[in-house]
Amino acid sequence: MEIIDTEAAIIGGGIVGASAALFLRRRGVPVVLLEAAACGAKASGVNYGGVRRQGRPLAQMPLTQRAHALWGDLPGLIGTDGEYQRSGHLKLAYTEADLAELERYRASTRGYGMGLQMLDRAALDSRFAWLGNNVVGGSFCPDDGHANPRLVSPAFAQAARRAGACVREQVSVDSAIHDGTRFVLRAGDALEVRARVLLNCAGAWANRFAAAFGEPVPETSIHPLMMVTEPLPRFMTASLGVQGGGIYARQVERGNCVIGGGRGVSASPDFARPGRAQIGTLLEKTADLLPTLRGAHIIRFWSGVEGSMPDHNPVLGPSRTTPGLFHAFGFSGAGFQIGPAAGEILADLAATGRTEIPIDAFRIDRYAAEAHAAAASTVLGHGHPLEST
Amino acid sequence: MAEVHPVIVGAGPAGIRAAQALVAAGLRPIVLDEAQRAGGQIYRQPPPGFHRSGRDLYGFEHRKAAHLHGTMRALLSAIDYRPGSMVWNCEDGILDVLRDGKNETVNYTHLILATGATDRVLPFPGWTLPGVYTLGGAQVALKYQGCGVGRRVAFMGTGPLLYLVAYQYAKAGAEVAAVLDTSNTTDRLAAVPGMMRAPGLAAKGLYTMGWLRLHGIPLYSGVRPDHVIGYDRVSGVVCRQGDGTDGKQLRIACDALAYGLGLRAETQLAAVAGCRFDYHERDRAWLPERDKAGRASVAGVYLAGDGAGIAGADAAELAGERAALALLEDLGMRVDTARATALQRKLERQEQVRNTLERAFPFPADWAASLDDDVVLCRCEEITVGTLRASAEVDGAREINRIKALTRVGMGRCQGRMCGAAAAEVLARASGVALPQVGWLRTQPPIKPIPVHLFSGDAPDEAGMTLAARGRR
Repeated sequence: MEIIDTEAAIIGGGIVGASAALFLRRRGVPVVLLEAAACGAKASGVNYGGVRRQGRPLAQMPLTQRAHALWGDLPGLIGTDGEYQRSGHLKLAYTEADLAELERYRASTRGYGMGLQMLDRAALDSRFAWLGNNVVGGSFCPDDGHANPRLVSPAFAQAARRAGACVREQVSVDSAIHDGTRFVLRAGDALEVRARVLLNCAGAWANRFAAAFGEPVPETSIHPLMMVTEPLPRFMTASLGVQGGGIYARQVERGNCVIGGGRGVSASPDFARPGRAQIGTLLEKTADLLPTLRGAHIIRFWSGVEGSMPDHNPVLGPSRTTPGLFHAFGFSGAGFQIGPAAGEILADLAATGRTEIPIDAFRIDRYAAEAHAAAASTVLGHGHPLEST
Repeated sequence: MAEVHPVIVGAGPAGIRAAQALVAAGLRPIVLDEAQRAGGQIYRQPPPGFHRSGRDLYGFEHRKAAHLHGTMRALLSAIDYRPGSMVWNCEDGILDVLRDGKNETVNYTHLILATGATDRVLPFPGWTLPGVYTLGGAQVALKYQGCGVGRRVAFMGTGPLLYLVAYQYAKAGAEVAAVLDTSNTTDRLAAVPGMMRAPGLAAKGLYTMGWLRLHGIPLYSGVRPDHVIGYDRVSGVVCRQGDGTDGKQLRIACDALAYGLGLRAETQLAAVAGCRFDYHERDRAWLPERDKAGRASVAGVYLAGDGAGIAGADAAELAGERAALALLEDLGMRVDTARATALQRKLERQEQVRNTLERAFPFPADWAASLDDDVVLCRCEEITVGTLRASAEVDGAREINRIKALTRVGMGRCQGRMCGAAAAEVLARASGVALPQVGWLRTQPPIKPIPVHLFSGDAPDEAGMTLAARGRR
């Protein structure tokens, strides 16, 4: 059996685990990252690709602002722009009540630098004439945007590798324990990793490791339904969301429109597939929101497996049972934008025990007894259960 | 007995024989077919109003074609035949079907997939130039509407179809510039003993080659393409014959080139239906698993014809009937077991013939390695061979779905149906991994593109149509 002694071990090579590895290496900390499949190939790589702050709950504001700064120099961070563009994010309302909700959101998030602009129907007509007639207004965040998750998330792992991290793919961690002096991870009979610090970044599969250290959480799996059109002439000038969820859309540089909404179905714990049940609904919503796409062809549907928490906030921060263990998972369909900041926070925590960013709302023990119910009712206010980024 | 709703996808030789066997047992299958008229690719019928003789259309096979078309005509009142139907999704006993611009759902308890094949192609410099066709495409143009892909056409690649299509073009009055075979005379000599098992096939092959030679058409063996000549369309093709210093360059003037390297199975529907796949060395492809009768790994799903693995039209007829008998057996109905056994015995013989053909016309396994980096491999997404190689080297990609995610290869309109084989060959070479380990492209619905307005009922407005049309330019 191969045995590796290291300072920090990371389970999971998604955007969170890989960016944690990168930031740890920037601090000079020895890192071993174990990924069960390929880095950035699960939820981190197959999500919609939204890079937005707008719509996030208040508790995520410092985190998402920090992430926004990191995305601002993506090439400096990972060596590629990952097709990232600050196209603006337009969150639309189909009813006056939803428009009022968007206005309330703008008021409550003032001071966080999003610069939200409320647009009525006339303003939409002059700036986004390609929108369907049933939209009554929207809220525009000029510096939000989108990127290609297929490229960005694997690039974080590559950058970590270049920075000296030991990244092992196709290595599934069977057991993780603390033996009194250090963490010991086992992958079959082939590999044992020993480390002072352990980062649990295992996405939809993370609860197993949290439970192993005596702090299980009510994490579930969600399977967002996605689709993409053939390449078309550019017409969408912003990434779209809708108040209340149901559909989100963007157009990539090459011209394909990437559209999500609703759910796929679980095929196994590791895979999800697009389901018949919601394909028709998504096509109908698309025809209504983007009438110009009616004659366009969909060339692929897909789905993925993403960890989700009852309050749609991630678990992010130190373990309450085991010193040296830190969790970052359960991003609930909205982890792509904040992933790099979560990774940076993990690196800060692992190296210094503290972080500048307030993360108390994401503590793992918030689900213990009554804390659970309280969190669910207060934090959900601005959450959008069916929106993925 | 619970209600039985058998559905057959494909009305080629396999689908028609399957329908015939089900009807004979008293069932009324739904038969879904993409084409407007039955017959599949090989026995494709011209549109109504086109009149050419069976002999002109199907050559040596005109009796088989007439027989199969006759069978289908006789079945029409006993089956629910739905031409012009594109099955784009399959889930838990329900098919989604695009027909006349609308979506139909079709429920099934038993599903026979007879989805056929397309040409297998590899890229080479100039292969995306207008005027370059696949062999099958060139044949379809002739068979369906009586038009050729050019006036002076060169034919390249390997397999029996190479000589057959060249012959059909010459007979139809086109000038055949050359037949450029990637296999060697020695390959075909090595296959002679095996060919004794299929004297009819061998005789037809020899006749075709002899006829072409007799009519002064140059036949070359051991050829590899170098590049297509032409700026905005084909004006010729340059090839190499032989290796190294012994090699010579061939320059063939032509206004169209048809090429193909055998066929590849259309397996997408089987994949979406959840069938398990395994690797087949002879076809160099991952194919849906099936038992000798045609049962897939998913209960109630059956596979027949080239869509399950390339074996040709005669085998497809046998396999279609056998799969239908398997379906009946699984329903607990009495079937003619002697007939079933005989079909399997014939299918085994067909397999040996197919092995022999593969020996005579082997896949040019060296082709992918010799490609220059700047050749476009995935024409939908315009991804070059060099992009794949760089990804294999820099990102360490070893698996085809991984390289798809990183490079976009196989992500376009065809979803890898056309470029998947080439991508696997190039990736295997570039990463030093054996072809089976490269894996196969995960299939997602839709099997082929579907319009956004499919569930909205109404036709797209003009702006939408224009946008899509401009996008496809």
